[in-house]
Amino acid sequence: MEILRWERNPWGQQVVAGLGWDMLYVAAAAGLVFVVADALYRWRRPTRINGEEDLARLMAAEAARGVPERVVRHPLASRIFHWAMAATMFALLVTAFLPILGVQFSWVTAHWSAGLVLTGLVLFHIVHSAFMGLRTMWITRRDIQDAYNSVRRLLGKEAPVPGKPGKYPLENKLFHHATSLFGLGVIGTGLLMMVRVDTPFWVRNPYLLPDATWGVIYVIHGASAVAFVTMIMAHIYFAARPEKRWITWSMIRGWISRAHYLAHHDPELWRVVPDGRRAAGRRSESPVSRGGQAEAQR
Amino acid sequence: MSVIRDVMPDFDLLQPATIDDAVQLLARHGRDAWVLAGGLDSLDWFKDRVKRPRVVVDVSGIPELRGVRRTSDGGLEIGAMTTLTEVATHPDILERYRVLADAARKVASPQIRNQGTIGGNVSQDTRCHYYRGGLDCYRAGGNTCYADTPAGQNREHCLFGADRCVAVNPSDTAPALIVLDARMVIRNARGEREVPAEEYFIGPSVDITRMTVLQPGDLLVSIRIPPTWAGARFYFEKVADRNAWDFPLVNVASAMFVRGGVIEGIRLAVNGVAARPMRLTGVEESVVGEPPNEDTGELAGQLAIWGARPLNYNHFKVPLMKNLVKRAIRGGET
Repeated sequence: MEILRWERNPWGQQVVAGLGWDMLYVAAAAGLVFVVADALYRWRRPTRINGEEDLARLMAAEAARGVPERVVRHPLASRIFHWAMAATMFALLVTAFLPILGVQFSWVTAHWSAGLVLTGLVLFHIVHSAFMGLRTMWITRRDIQDAYNSVRRLLGKEAPVPGKPGKYPLENKLFHHATSLFGLGVIGTGLLMMVRVDTPFWVRNPYLLPDATWGVIYVIHGASAVAFVTMIMAHIYFAARPEKRWITWSMIRGWISRAHYLAHHDPELWRVVPDGRRAAGRRSESPVSRGGQAEAQR
Repeated sequence: MSVIRDVMPDFDLLQPATIDDAVQLLARHGRDAWVLAGGLDSLDWFKDRVKRPRVVVDVSGIPELRGVRRTSDGGLEIGAMTTLTEVATHPDILERYRVLADAARKVASPQIRNQGTIGGNVSQDTRCHYYRGGLDCYRAGGNTCYADTPAGQNREHCLFGADRCVAVNPSDTAPALIVLDARMVIRNARGEREVPAEEYFIGPSVDITRMTVLQPGDLLVSIRIPPTWAGARFYFEKVADRNAWDFPLVNVASAMFVRGGVIEGIRLAVNGVAARPMRLTGVEESVVGEPPNEDTGELAGQLAIWGARPLNYNHFKVPLMKNLVKRAIRGGET
């Protein structure tokens, strides 16, 4: 198996040229193994809500406190970002990997064009998130404690029942941070690699960096890209799972039901504006979550 | 790097007697296999030890791959292993598709044309000396084009379509086949497909390590030429550093029908200026309805070089290409 590709430069030095494309198959296999293992696990042990409670009692109490029927989980801007990023990632993976798999088409311009779109989307997301509240995605001490307890219980050991998360559970946060890491990997190196091709904006300059440095950049770009293969397989798998579809629907409709909100989230960690406090007009029909502020207050 | 010359590395030599056997062997060995036609491109690679296939499939012993046949639609089918001499001297080609005979006659030297095949000529690799010298350049799977460095010797390299690699296609027969609207017949284990000559050649933006659509397991078996352009007014001209035994700096081929003193239809292609032979459709469209004279030729030449991006040492190719296109329109003799 080829992990790295090597080349010999004119001075006889062996320098790294990039990630070996066998790693694409490794990434796909890793994704497949994860999906199958998780599916088998969930099949044998049906999903349970952490700290099962009397949902009807809780719902009646929360309804009295003004939790709306529909709780906004993803505002329109976030949803547009998500689906635009999904389409862009699809275009990037197709233009990157189909030629490696032997499907011939003119991929270079389409690839860097999609990369520029992705860069723009990520910049938008950073600015938008800064306004929306960055702390909803921070991993808190409680997240770690709950994860630790979950693992202990999974292994059959004594541990307190993990609590429900705020707006985003730990696995969402970890996926987001991995996406950020690998996204920065492909974008940072991709923008540098664009210097090597002609675009309407500049003439190519392949000699900005030495051979060996370019090799490292290619490795980072390739490794981040194949990591996305595994991650996207897992992401699509979870989005399609029956018990997770309410989350998938929320990325389409924007909201989750009061029942899902109360069953899967801790109202103390993700507070929503009660119905009665909503301003009149259109906005009153879709209350805005204030999870960021709530977690910040903890 | 190429370190040992004239001594080939070990490989298994397979010599199928039929196309089916050859296709099966190619399918079985996949990327490890190398198709050997006339051997003029292949043996250089082997002797320089730059390419080291495990298996060489020699298709020279397959009779089905040889010869020129008439097709039911009135065209011609040329077996991929037909020698360039046969192509250059075949009566049907001389009479109806002279541009192809002219192009074949301009390839290298008589000895090479006796051995070299039409299939090998259109499928040969680029002659970039950095790539042929064994450097791990882009085309060899690396990350660098050594011909595109500030001091790189790129006199023979491209004007158009540079995409990391700046090598050019060296075939003389390729532009002639494009203007004849030929179709390349390719067989593999899954069956047979036809690819227009124009699409047979690919640039680095599609696959930087290949010059044609041929993938491992594929075998070019023949070239079909439709009757569409039979008997047209043809032109082929090649400019090289030497008149014999050399690759083109630029070559041009055209086929046109002239009626009432104006160009009724035309196909025009050049090679040696990009990684793939270029059909100049914009030029074709602009000259239809015009007389094939000096003024139209001048206009065509100007249009042809629009967008050319010369490298450090190949600026001379811009006026060369312009003049060749001009001569292809007006005719070289005037």
